Amino acid sequence: MSRSGITRTVIWAAIALCVGIVVFAIIAYRPAIAAVTRPDPRLFDAALVARGANLARLGNCVSCHQAAGERPYAGGYPIKTPFGTVYGSNITPDPATGIGEWSPAAFNRAMREGVGRDGSHLYPAFPYTHYANVTDSDLGALYAFLMTRPAVRAVPPANTMIPPLGFRPLLAGWKLLFLRPQPMASDPRQSAAWNRGRYIGETLAHCTACHSPRGLLQQEKRGAEAYDGGWSGGWYAPPINARSPAVRAWTVDRLDAYFRTGLSTAHAAAAGPMGPVTYNLARAAPADVRALATYYAWQMREAPAARVEPPLPDRRASASQRHPVGARLYEGACAVCHEPGAAMMVAGRPVLPLGTPLHEDNPRDTIQIILQGLRPPVSARGPYMPAFADALDDRQVAEIVAYLQVRHGSGPAWKDLEKDVAKAREEGE
Amino acid sequence: MIDLTVNGAAARVDVDPATPLLYVLRDDLHLHAAKFGCGLGQCGACTVLVDDRPVFSCLMPVGAIGTRKVTTVEGLGTAAKPGDVQRAFLHEQAAQCGYCIPGMMTRAEGLLRKTTTPTEYAMRTAMAPSLCRCGTHMRILRAVRRAAVMRGGGVVDAAEPVT
Ligand code: FES
Ligand code: FES
Repeated sequence: MSRSGITRTVIWAAIALCVGIVVFAIIAYRPAIAAVTRPDPRLFDAALVARGANLARLGNCVSCHQAAGERPYAGGYPIKTPFGTVYGSNITPDPATGIGEWSPAAFNRAMREGVGRDGSHLYPAFPYTHYANVTDSDLGALYAFLMTRPAVRAVPPANTMIPPLGFRPLLAGWKLLFLRPQPMASDPRQSAAWNRGRYIGETLAHCTACHSPRGLLQQEKRGAEAYDGGWSGGWYAPPINARSPAVRAWTVDRLDAYFRTGLSTAHAAAAGPMGPVTYNLARAAPADVRALATYYAWQMREAPAARVEPPLPDRRASASQRHPVGARLYEGACAVCHEPGAAMMVAGRPVLPLGTPLHEDNPRDTIQIILQGLRPPVSARGPYMPAFADALDDRQVAEIVAYLQVRHGSGPAWKDLEKDVAKAREEGE
Repeated sequence: MIDLTVNGAAARVDVDPATPLLYVLRDDLHLHAAKFGCGLGQCGACTVLVDDRPVFSCLMPVGAIGTRKVTTVEGLGTAAKPGDVQRAFLHEQAAQCGYCIPGMMTRAEGLLRKTTTPTEYAMRTAMAPSLCRCGTHMRILRAVRRAAVMRGGGVVDAAEPVT
């Protein structure tokens, strides 16, 4: 190429780059929405606030917008992603550090488009991909609820994103790819409860955020892969569709009881991040919780256990033979509660093989429950299990898990257990 | 035969490896500070330190301890020469019947070995697995705050000052 040819190419490339930057800037640009004076909390209708409170519980908002030991909705909970840690924001009506200066229009834009009042793009750890179909009236109720919370002055820790993801305009590109709201018309062939359950579950409750696998850019997989199981806080959120590994059918009644009490006597207790979900559902409108149960029982209607509930094997002898170390540890650490006839069994707690973790295709939940135990999910009365993270080392936990899988579980033997215990400790919360 | 290090001393016991550490401590080593409350990991009366971490000794198979060091309240000081956690509990008169107190003291010791400047929330979270039937929780918390100060630290956002 001649010298002037090179110059021309360089000039054209520079022009293309400039045009690209301008186009991207136009796509990414969102104006700020004018600040308002914090609305007087006394001006909100009490019924509207109560409706918003119910929606906030169904949406489990507080789980991410409250740090351990801190005040509700003041933010600060760390959400770990492969791209860095995002901290839940302060959504109390404090004008300086919360959303006190946000108008309803600013709030609605944040919920539906993932854009802050100042025009900055919000990380999709805030699951706005779910909120496009929340009705205007429900957004109004949520706004009323949040604006009537006590204002807390609190700045959550700064996000620690890997470069260049700290540059928020890039999120506009992510949204072009993945923020594709589909209208959700009600399905006349289904019951009112089913339609209500779908509305709540697919929008505010954002169940797929944990229960669906994610793609390379952390987008939730949709379509046939929706509800195929995902990850949350170092725990595995099992499939809740036809691939549910549960060994007892999730009927509407059982799901309803599980949501409201944190325990299904035909399965087990809500563990890990599901605990707080049931804590909030237990305090939501019973009809809405029942609707959620209706919809998710339907999602799992073709799961194996919905057709036939298999017998629960107890391969005690072969498990002891294959994992003698695990058997001895189980005897000293677990049997006093879990063996047939033990105190907890007599008290009516579900037997180990009823729990889904031993039937999942990975050992993570079994490991986490041993490490972290169970905090009573809904009320102080339990169910409870002590944590063994400080009592047992990685190899010992792995031995117990291997023993339990042979004794009560299903599926091919889990591999690399010891490594996964170490990983579970690192990722677990 | 199982070899243990308890309160800095070597011990050898002839028991089944699935035996709970609590039974070995009380029945074989005659260390009676750790108490049996529930045997289910629910009350914390049996709490001891295993390598500086509080564990329920009722659910700790003795064979799982390996080379880790066990510390009971007997290892924190003696009646003649109480350790600082013990002195803090005495100073605050934190015991009513006293049944929960050895577990409370080892749990407090475990917390302070990790940090002498916990937050009030971290302190309460650390103490929460131990229950007290007599309801002396407020005094127990005061004792832990005092012990933190005696260790050169202090609960950073203490709900009550140590006076
Ligand atoms: S006796 Fe060990 S926790 Fe109650
Ligand atoms: S002092 Fe009696 S149980 Fe705590």
